[in-house]
Amino acid sequence: MLIPCPHCGTRPVEEFTFLGDATVTRPVNNDPGAWQAYVYERENPRGDFAEYAHHSGGCRAWLVVTRNTQTHHVLDAVIASNFKRKAKS
Amino acid sequence: MKYSVFSLLRNAFSGHKNWTPAWRAPEPKKEYDIIIVGGGGHGLATAYYLAKEHGLKNIAVLEKNYIGSGNVGRNTTIIRSNYQLPGNNPFYELSMKLWEGLEQDFNFNAMVSQRGVLNLYHTDAQRDAFARRGNAMHLDGVDAELVDRDAVREMYPFLDYANARFPIKGGLLQRRGGTVRHDAVAWGYARGADTHGVDILQGCALTGIKIESGKVVGVETSRGSIGCRKLALCAAGHSSEVAAMAGLKLPIESHVLQAFVSEGLKPLIDGVITYGAGHFYVSQSDKGGLVFGGDIDGYNSYAQRGNLPMVEHVIEAGIAMMPSLARVRALRSWGGVMDMSMDGSPIIDKMSVHGLYLNAGWCYGGFKATPASGWCYAHLIAKDEPHKVATAYRLDRFRRGYMLDEKGQGATPNLH
Repeated sequence: MLIPCPHCGTRPVEEFTFLGDATVTRPVNNDPGAWQAYVYERENPRGDFAEYAHHSGGCRAWLVVTRNTQTHHVLDAVIASNFKRKAKS
Repeated sequence: MKYSVFSLLRNAFSGHKNWTPAWRAPEPKKEYDIIIVGGGGHGLATAYYLAKEHGLKNIAVLEKNYIGSGNVGRNTTIIRSNYQLPGNNPFYELSMKLWEGLEQDFNFNAMVSQRGVLNLYHTDAQRDAFARRGNAMHLDGVDAELVDRDAVREMYPFLDYANARFPIKGGLLQRRGGTVRHDAVAWGYARGADTHGVDILQGCALTGIKIESGKVVGVETSRGSIGCRKLALCAAGHSSEVAAMAGLKLPIESHVLQAFVSEGLKPLIDGVITYGAGHFYVSQSDKGGLVFGGDIDGYNSYAQRGNLPMVEHVIEAGIAMMPSLARVRALRSWGGVMDMSMDGSPIIDKMSVHGLYLNAGWCYGGFKATPASGWCYAHLIAKDEPHKVATAYRLDRFRRGYMLDEKGQGATPNLH
């Protein structure tokens, strides 16, 4: 698995540390249900998946990598702060 | 047909031409009382115990591929009951007791071999943690022995005792732990369930769940729609996908775990050894291959294969523990898809939808749990209340704050 880091270019997977789903958003209120969903519940899709990846063996930037979980094909990698989350209804 | 030395002799005299298939290949009926989704070890064990222990009829097991194609045929075959938490170990000890009587019970040779599981420790702190775990095991009536370096050396003289960074100081030994032939577990349970009238539907993938006024009424499958009163999900690796068909979102991520087997060797390792300094475990199969594995790859995956960096990492850990491994050639590697739960423990529970049950989140420890998982899941489905050793495995523990986190890693599926 090769990941195109925006800073470092294409780098091998062992340079990255994964943190999981990048689409969950931190609740702005104290609703326990919203916090449970944020902390524990995951879509866990088979297919395209946006995940946090720390380039711990490289530039140390946090990225959001979009990758297919069935084929391991990497579609996109952006700096995490530039990642556009889809608005949730 | 009951398997015995007599059936073997009888068939030997007729040139082994009259063996019958171990289970039928029935057409799906229009309706079943209970449908189990997933023909892995846990699903088949559940069907077997529902039919045999609870006397229920009209049960089907749906398997999207063939029996033994999933994780039950992909694991490293280790059984043990050396957990620490009160909500966990009585369950795993029930599993161990069921393993001990399994072959006679389902009349199939599963090669249950209690050859001992040894967890090595390398520091004083690790020794203390292992002593604590051993004591917790004793409290649950499980055997555990803390053995020192000399005793480990007596058992396994070929380990690296001169390692300056991770010296082997001893280990926690569970003599009743060991290995079981994983495929035979699937086959034995499949045959046992079939004998008790369960329909095993291979090549039958779940495509939808029909719910009417808060109640399960049937399923859509690749072999047509089938009605049911109770639906038991048991599709580890793909639990999120099948649960989503009923509108559920689970505290689970799917990850890939790799395992390896070496070329066949003469008898070398007579038990199971786990390395405390890295994640590495090894045993030797009866064919002579060293069967070993390590950690999950660390990223979400539904591919039944992993990446090379983890192959290198596992083999490095193995060689650090046992330098002679460097001379052994790895024969094959493969991957399985794991239900990694948010606290590292499984879920066996009924859902708010009437007639819907969930068995999921086994992380990569599901194989050893197979008999007890089936036993407790069958109990839940038949009686609508959890079995007494599985009361900690409720799904609502995440909401209530009663996580069962053996490793203390928190809500990080890739670290459990």
